[in-house]
Amino acid sequence: MHEMSLCEGIRRVVDSAADRPDVARVTRVRLEIGRFAGVEKPALSFAWEVVMRGSKAEGAVLEMIDLPGRATCFDCMKEVEIEERLSPCPDCGGGRLLPNGGDEMRIKDMEVR
Amino acid sequence: MCTVCGCGDGAVVLDRGRGHGAQGHEHDHAHDHDHDHGHHHAHGHHHHAHGHHHHATPHHHAHTGADLHFGTGLAGTEVPGMSQERLIEIETGILGHNDRLAAANRARLAERGVLAVNLVSSPGSGKTTLLCATIRAMQGPVAVIEGDQQTTNDADRIRATGAPAVQVNTGKGCHLDAHMVGHAMEALDLAPGTTLFIENVGNLVCPAAFDLGEDAKVAILSVTEGEDKPLKYPDMFTAARLAILNKTDLAPYCDVDLDLYEANLRRVNPEIEILRLSARTGEGLDRWIGWLRDRAAATARGAG
Repeated sequence: MHEMSLCEGIRRVVDSAADRPDVARVTRVRLEIGRFAGVEKPALSFAWEVVMRGSKAEGAVLEMIDLPGRATCFDCMKEVEIEERLSPCPDCGGGRLLPNGGDEMRIKDMEVR
Repeated sequence: MCTVCGCGDGAVVLDRGRGHGAQGHEHDHAHDHDHDHGHHHAHGHHHHAHGHHHHATPHHHAHTGADLHFGTGLAGTEVPGMSQERLIEIETGILGHNDRLAAANRARLAERGVLAVNLVSSPGSGKTTLLCATIRAMQGPVAVIEGDQQTTNDADRIRATGAPAVQVNTGKGCHLDAHMVGHAMEALDLAPGTTLFIENVGNLVCPAAFDLGEDAKVAILSVTEGEDKPLKYPDMFTAARLAILNKTDLAPYCDVDLDLYEANLRRVNPEIEILRLSARTGEGLDRWIGWLRDRAAATARGAG
């Protein structure tokens, strides 16, 4: 969707966390991306290389950890995990599901030296 | 002190990478300092003056003359086999900066008892026409923030109704963010009890993710767009509290099934409220005004 501006958001956080004299380089940044976050991973990787240039995280490895999609089924009222945004309820087959997890876009941690 | 073994001064100068003790610093315990990284330690150039960091290895050695300083890592020491890499926990949302600004916007709106509605849709769904009709039909102060990539056309149309409007041109940007809206709010100087409409950039994807500090997102979907729009762009309709099915006056000419529109909206968001409306004929406009009035009353209660 807007991977470039997401990367700018990441850079803001990474720059600020790495702004200490004992951090020379950021070598790896780990993100947690929910299945429904709408993040296009190849686009994010591409934007990453461009946006991080000139920062301490230039050339750092970008690792993306997938988080499952979760939803409440309005037919059986259970909390379920679903693969796709429009998947039916794996429990009752119902089609009315309200996502309540899987839209995460979080910077988990980073490796520095 | 050595933070690994607790054995004295941590600013340890090593001779050829072989353990502690070059400065008369006696150890009697067994450090296994058999480095195998094969640096040549006698080349005598100043490491940083050449800007040549050893990026390919986890070692971070400061070269000073013929000396090597192994204590510049985060731990103030180095142990073979233990990387100088350190993990910094962050646990911050990527949109955390936007979310903080949105929270600030929300607080300012609540302070003044202003209801803010974020209108989202694809381009051409009739947002501005609906807004103009809404402003004419509403009582009480209204203000508008218009988001588009280019032109002031929409703000000009709103100002023609007599309502104050600020145009935000995002350039290449595909959505409004909380920072832009915060500045636009300053320019509007909102009176207490105002209803603030934020007309987002026409885009069914990105604006779903950006909180602006609004009370509710309202998705506008025109009947000419196809019944499966909610299925194709579920995030936006999941994020919206209300969907307005606009241009219902055109429905007879478009072979569309309005019930199918509603079923698809409820499939992606079982809690969504839906209003059918024609901004052109005014049909259904009263229910939309009523919805706004109810939300404004709820906001006023929250502020009071």
